[in-house]
Amino acid sequence: MANIFPREANRVFPQIVIGVSLVGAIVVGALWYYFTPKYVRVGYMPVQPVAFNHELHVTQLGLDCRYCHQNVERSANSTIPSTQTCMACHQNVKTDSPKLAALRESWQTGLPVRWVRVHKAPDFVYFNHSAHVNRGVSCAHCHGAVNHMPVLYHDQPQSMSWCLECHRDPAAKIRPPDKVFDLDWRAPTPEAQRELGAKLVKEWGVNPPVTCAGCHR
Amino acid sequence: MMSNDTPLTMPDAAAEMVRRRPLVLHGRGYRWITEHISGITERRAPKWWWFATVSSGLLALLAAAMFTYLVATGVGVWGLNQPVSWAWDITNFVFWIGIGHAGTLISAILFLTRQKWRTSINRSAEAMTLFAVMCAGLFPAFHVGRVWMVWFLAPVPTPMGVWQNFRSPLLWDVFAVSTYFTVSIIFWYTGLVPDLATLRDRAKTRLRKMFFGIFALGWRGSNRQWRHYEKAYLVLAGISTPLVLSVHSVVSFDFAVSILPSWHTTIFPPYFVAGAIFGGFAMVLTLLLPARAIFGLHDLITPKHIDNMCKIILLTGSIVGYAYTMEFFIAWYSGNPFERFAFYNRATGPYQWAFLGMISCNVLAPQFFWFKRCRRNLWVIYGVVMCVNAGMWFERFVIIVGGLHRDFLPSSWGYFKPTWVDVCTFAGTIGFFVFLFLIFIRFLPMITMFEVKAILPEANPHHGHGPGGREDRR
Repeated sequence: MANIFPREANRVFPQIVIGVSLVGAIVVGALWYYFTPKYVRVGYMPVQPVAFNHELHVTQLGLDCRYCHQNVERSANSTIPSTQTCMACHQNVKTDSPKLAALRESWQTGLPVRWVRVHKAPDFVYFNHSAHVNRGVSCAHCHGAVNHMPVLYHDQPQSMSWCLECHRDPAAKIRPPDKVFDLDWRAPTPEAQRELGAKLVKEWGVNPPVTCAGCHR
Repeated sequence: MMSNDTPLTMPDAAAEMVRRRPLVLHGRGYRWITEHISGITERRAPKWWWFATVSSGLLALLAAAMFTYLVATGVGVWGLNQPVSWAWDITNFVFWIGIGHAGTLISAILFLTRQKWRTSINRSAEAMTLFAVMCAGLFPAFHVGRVWMVWFLAPVPTPMGVWQNFRSPLLWDVFAVSTYFTVSIIFWYTGLVPDLATLRDRAKTRLRKMFFGIFALGWRGSNRQWRHYEKAYLVLAGISTPLVLSVHSVVSFDFAVSILPSWHTTIFPPYFVAGAIFGGFAMVLTLLLPARAIFGLHDLITPKHIDNMCKIILLTGSIVGYAYTMEFFIAWYSGNPFERFAFYNRATGPYQWAFLGMISCNVLAPQFFWFKRCRRNLWVIYGVVMCVNAGMWFERFVIIVGGLHRDFLPSSWGYFKPTWVDVCTFAGTIGFFVFLFLIFIRFLPMITMFEVKAILPEANPHHGHGPGGREDRR
């Protein structure tokens, strides 16, 4: 029986090798980019029942983060404000704005406003807000420049490698405690940040866990 | 056999003394080799083959069932628990990896040292290596408990930012074994290409033509292809050679780098490598002696081949025996009470039966090979190599379970007993190994035809002319 494959078939093997490695590289690259939090989480901007404008309230009116998120310094969770917190002002301000209809309804019925959650740490992660904000980690480090967001969105990947970036080198990020809620604060230069960070790390004995059990308790 | 018509340049008696025993007997030529070896894969499969393949395949399915049961239930279905957290799983892993060592030694080191007798055994020894490494890889993969998490061992960028602990010998092991497997399979396949082309050219059916046509990669046997082939094979032999030493050294680091008495020993790497070659050659003989008898390969796998392998088993077995003795001496000489206890416990403790099995199978049994009559008697040889197969398993069991069950704190001592799942899993991997080997001898040429042809007198360019080309084969 004569051989089946013609001479040209010799080229098929290198073609397969090159083809498979190219497709493999593309698949790996695509998975690495499109299937990781820096793509799938960042930019998440759900429509909220009340179109709360952080920029208006924080930058233009000068509200402190803690006016609404009261317990962030004392609790593992940062409080989502109750309707009562909003109504402290809105009983008098913009009382019949159609944008606040859901808020007024909640005020009348006693049922909370159904805010859509933007940031969510997985159940298997132990995260404590107070531990971070009391040791110089600003809101902006994890949530971005919320004070400039007319509509809130997911700004940082909040992946595990992103957490570890700071846990492995806190001096690059942490700031004086009185600047934690000053979201626009920056050290004058990167060198100044490093110097200040190193000083704060030393003074407070900042030693963030980098072992599994630090966060996966 | 040694009669000779061509004139000799030295006195006959002296020439007789320096003449080597031929590696292919009865003047078998090119045609006979091609017909005989290809014929094994071309004739209808004999009845015994179907019987053996189906039964070993079923045994392999038992291993699959056991691993499924383990994944569905948890790693607790094996008998291991504190303090014996490594037991049959790692014993079997090291056992199979060790068997995988003779293949590379035969194919790479004996190739570089121009040992012509390797040609009759290298193909099947390499195949055996691959199958043994496949069996070996199953155990650590499943012993992690959550087998779907083993990709954590690969250093790939992930959003977790977890990087492998490169200070851990367990990770070195992953790389050593996977490198070994990759290089072995490439080496084996490269050596197969010319023979696959032979089978392709002889193929009578379209399916065979197609199958061997694809895998022969367009081999025509041209001068240029042969030159490329020889270079590639030499380079691969060069790459494989350090692996023979490195893989089992790294496996031994799994133990030697720890701080456990009787594990924390500098003698481990050479001792493990010698043991692996020892066990590997025993397994080569275990598989080849029946194959030789069944397929009538007596002219290719000659008494000289078997004799050489027996001598290697004797040598490595004696090295292993020396290592056992040296471990005891160092335990005494160190003056460390824990180290002394570990070895006292090894020889007299609850696992004394395993220790005695190890010594009698690994150290005493090969001593028969000092005698030529024993190296010529296939029944004696088969008995010894079966002892070695068992003994090398005992050795790993003695080291692993014997080392773990009584450590520093007597209150946490324990005794390991295997469960039925342990036993069935190991039996299943033996089935898997035999199954793969049976598939191999049925579908691929089990002896490297073109390399055996190259050592025939006809292949010598000076064949029949002058002293370099004496016709030795008749």
